[in-house]
Amino acid sequence: MAAAGAATATMMPAQPAKAAPANAIIDYPSNKLGNIADLKVNEPIDIEYPDENSPGVLLKLGQAVEDGVGPDGDIVAYSVLCPHKGWQMSYDSTDRTLNCPGHFSRFDCEAGGQQVWGHATQNLPQFTLRVDEKGDIYAEGASDLIFGRPSNVL
Amino acid sequence: MAYKRQIDRLPIPPKDATVHNVTCHYCIVGCGYKAYTWPRNKQGTLKDNALGIDLSEQQPADGTWIAPSMYNMVRQHGKDVHLVVVPDHDCVVNSGLASTRGGRMAENRPSHVTGTQQQRLGDPLMWRNGVWQPTSWDDALDLVARVTARVVTQGSEDDLVVSMFDHGGSAGGYENTWATGKLYFESMKVKNCRIHNRPAYNSEVHSTRDMGVDELNYAYKDYEITDTIFMIGANSLETQTNLFLNHMVPGMRNGAKFISVDPRRTVTVNAAEQTAGVDNVLHLAINEGTDMVLFNALFTHIVDNGWVDSDFIANSTFQGGEAQPLDDAHPAGLGSLEYALDTSRTSLATAAEICGVSEADIAKAAEWIAKPKDDGSLRKCVTAYEKGIIWGNDNYRTIGALVNIALATGNIGREGGGVCRLGGHQEGYYRPSDGHVGRPAEYVDQLLIRGGGKVHHVWACDHYKTTLNASQYKRVHKRRADMVKDAMDAAAGGTREQLADAIVAAVNAGGLFVVVADIIHSQIGHNAHVILPACEANEMNLTSMNGERRLRLSEKYMDPYGNSRPDCLIAAGIAQNMERVLREMGNDAYADQFKGYDWETEEDAFMDGYNKGNPEVTYERLRAMGNNGVQEPVVGFADGKLVGTERLYTDGRFTRHGREDGKALFCAAKWRGWQAAGKAREKESHKYWINNVRANIFWQNQFLDQKNDFIQDRFPYPFIEMNMEDMAEEGIEAGDLIEIANENGATQGMAYPTDTAKRGQVAMVFGAPAGSQGNVVNPGVNELVLPDYKHTWGNIRRIAKATPRTKAVSFKSKEYKAV
Repeated sequence: MAAAGAATATMMPAQPAKAAPANAIIDYPSNKLGNIADLKVNEPIDIEYPDENSPGVLLKLGQAVEDGVGPDGDIVAYSVLCPHKGWQMSYDSTDRTLNCPGHFSRFDCEAGGQQVWGHATQNLPQFTLRVDEKGDIYAEGASDLIFGRPSNVL
Repeated sequence: MAYKRQIDRLPIPPKDATVHNVTCHYCIVGCGYKAYTWPRNKQGTLKDNALGIDLSEQQPADGTWIAPSMYNMVRQHGKDVHLVVVPDHDCVVNSGLASTRGGRMAENRPSHVTGTQQQRLGDPLMWRNGVWQPTSWDDALDLVARVTARVVTQGSEDDLVVSMFDHGGSAGGYENTWATGKLYFESMKVKNCRIHNRPAYNSEVHSTRDMGVDELNYAYKDYEITDTIFMIGANSLETQTNLFLNHMVPGMRNGAKFISVDPRRTVTVNAAEQTAGVDNVLHLAINEGTDMVLFNALFTHIVDNGWVDSDFIANSTFQGGEAQPLDDAHPAGLGSLEYALDTSRTSLATAAEICGVSEADIAKAAEWIAKPKDDGSLRKCVTAYEKGIIWGNDNYRTIGALVNIALATGNIGREGGGVCRLGGHQEGYYRPSDGHVGRPAEYVDQLLIRGGGKVHHVWACDHYKTTLNASQYKRVHKRRADMVKDAMDAAAGGTREQLADAIVAAVNAGGLFVVVADIIHSQIGHNAHVILPACEANEMNLTSMNGERRLRLSEKYMDPYGNSRPDCLIAAGIAQNMERVLREMGNDAYADQFKGYDWETEEDAFMDGYNKGNPEVTYERLRAMGNNGVQEPVVGFADGKLVGTERLYTDGRFTRHGREDGKALFCAAKWRGWQAAGKAREKESHKYWINNVRANIFWQNQFLDQKNDFIQDRFPYPFIEMNMEDMAEEGIEAGDLIEIANENGATQGMAYPTDTAKRGQVAMVFGAPAGSQGNVVNPGVNELVLPDYKHTWGNIRRIAKATPRTKAVSFKSKEYKAV
């Protein structure tokens, strides 16, 4: 077969090559992050999404916010890799921001991950959440590209 | 609603993608980037790609990553190609760091495919039948030349007013400053001209030059090896971002102390505290406009304590009293140290009272700057300043007073030293002599306001957003331009000669014929009669130098948008049309002055100008020097490389003033309170000082950012940082639309409660399209027509409650906090 393939390389193939199929949108995993009963207001929980190399934070903010889920519309999750240079950020519970020790950027967890001040060229990737009837919280997507990868799902 | 890109993967550049050297065309620092372009139907893989890294793995902190803002699809050689622009790890300027400005270079490119920057101008436009209509270059340039030639021959070249950039990077560069300079200073001798950010054609730092010290004399690495960083009127984390992050932060980690002189606490002060520790940071939050008194006290204290470099003073500075008396062109006398100190002498107590900071803190600053170490060795100190004093009170004497300190301590021309402006744009100035302009130069805005000038050529300047006294300027400019628009409308359907006759009649009756060359339809462009579309760096090859005089060639990687052209070729087109029209008018001698513009490319303009003065420097050699380029002045070519100059004045000879003795001069900086007319009275009669500040996410007057969703989502209106008690007193809440008003005019913005803002002081972002701070700045300038933009006082009222857009943004502190 190999020899035959080489011989026909400069000729019209006997049959046209089939294009490989690809979906336009990435298929994200649906990963359970926790249960609403586990969450306390303003106490962050470390998570990983969409895989173990992508750290994030799950937060209950105590008041409804943009894209918040749960009965109070106040549960959100973000990537904690700074979208400037990928340093891991820390949560400041006094003003509910994520702060980057690398180059002083900061993001507002109560405003959809908006960069309050910093060097990134996007706001924080916010994970798309779903809460089921048992109160389990699932992540099923992301709003922006996560630092350090060409595709959110590698 | 925070702006979400909704992008979850990007194309991967293939191994054979074309790589181009790019110097960021925004700020003075000029970070190195690599641009990759490749055909639309090709892509790399996770394992095999142009970046040479395994993209199937999560990249570590500081690793290479293509952010969505670093990707676009652009036109190259007439075809749509993928474009990625990423920071260059091998560039010594930024070592792989991107700022929030440079990191958006790709997405701020015009693209027919992704729809970005569709505000870019693609065709020449002419005012016709009541609107701007697209036309050909020949048609547009003919009218420009025909009217300009008629006016300057009927009257004089003084009837032509020119506003033109003088910088590098975005817009300017050696190619474009040369071409415009050749047109207006060689073919013509235009003296009624001004620069993009000030109302005359002049230096922003006359005094340091008159003292013999060029304002860009160090190397960025000096910050890494110095003992003290002394920063005045600057906010480098925001405005020279990667100079701060990649050079000042390492310097502080190496033990350097940090002094900031700024009435406002900035994110730079906070970041310095986070890096060096609060005990190694001194923030002198002086009363606005009192910098000179502080510098005089530091100078006095340092000299009186003997913390000077006596050998340097003896060998490199003028001895013998007065060298240059105070006169109309020199707002201070210049001479020896003793001569200057006689005038400048100021006690710590006096300075503490005037500046509003403690004597102890001023003494501490003097020690950090100059007190010799325990082993007797001298301290190294980098002194860095920018708009806080350049656009401040009494520019000439204040900058002179600062340079005095660096001269007394010998901190110029040596490792870990330097006294430099930090800069805004990059530099890229190469023009024929401007000697005919005179000093002081004409205050061009006032000339236009009193009815002077008949034709106004505007090159990449938007005075609507970035001049002082802007309210009056706009009113008059519009009224005069409208007279010409009305005349053109009335001449509709006639011949070109009839149209030119109508325009000339209108300008002779007080109108103004306005020609704008720009990349977008600017605000002042609304007064234009002909608009000429220019292209940007990387749509053309462009050379500039950064704040340590590092010269690079930023390579063309895409086609100019539509029918736009490099400014240098637009200038050539005007010259060629002037020659043709003047010949038709029978004025051959004058026509001959417009010869010599037969350039096909920007490289031709470079060779005609910069190369003639610097014959070692060619595009080919610069291309080979890559993103690290060469530091000017270039002194040779050896072993296949251009040989540059790491820092100036290492030989102790000072030459910027042109003195043959090579001796630097000290400045007799006599304090006189508010120097510019009207400032003292304005302060007395208004409640708030309106500081004029910058933000890292906006490049200059937001000409591209105004159409960038990420940016406009963060600040839909210009922010006005305000003390919370002041807000409560005025009944203002976060996000409310507020108006600042005084006798000069009014402007508006969005209240941003700021816990570090002092009472009675607000900080408004400069140059915003949705609220020009220049509207409320009075026309006051110094003797050499340098504006005092920084000192404006006004009253504040709410004009509307927060809108849905302003309600949605974060109003939290901009200061990083370690957790």
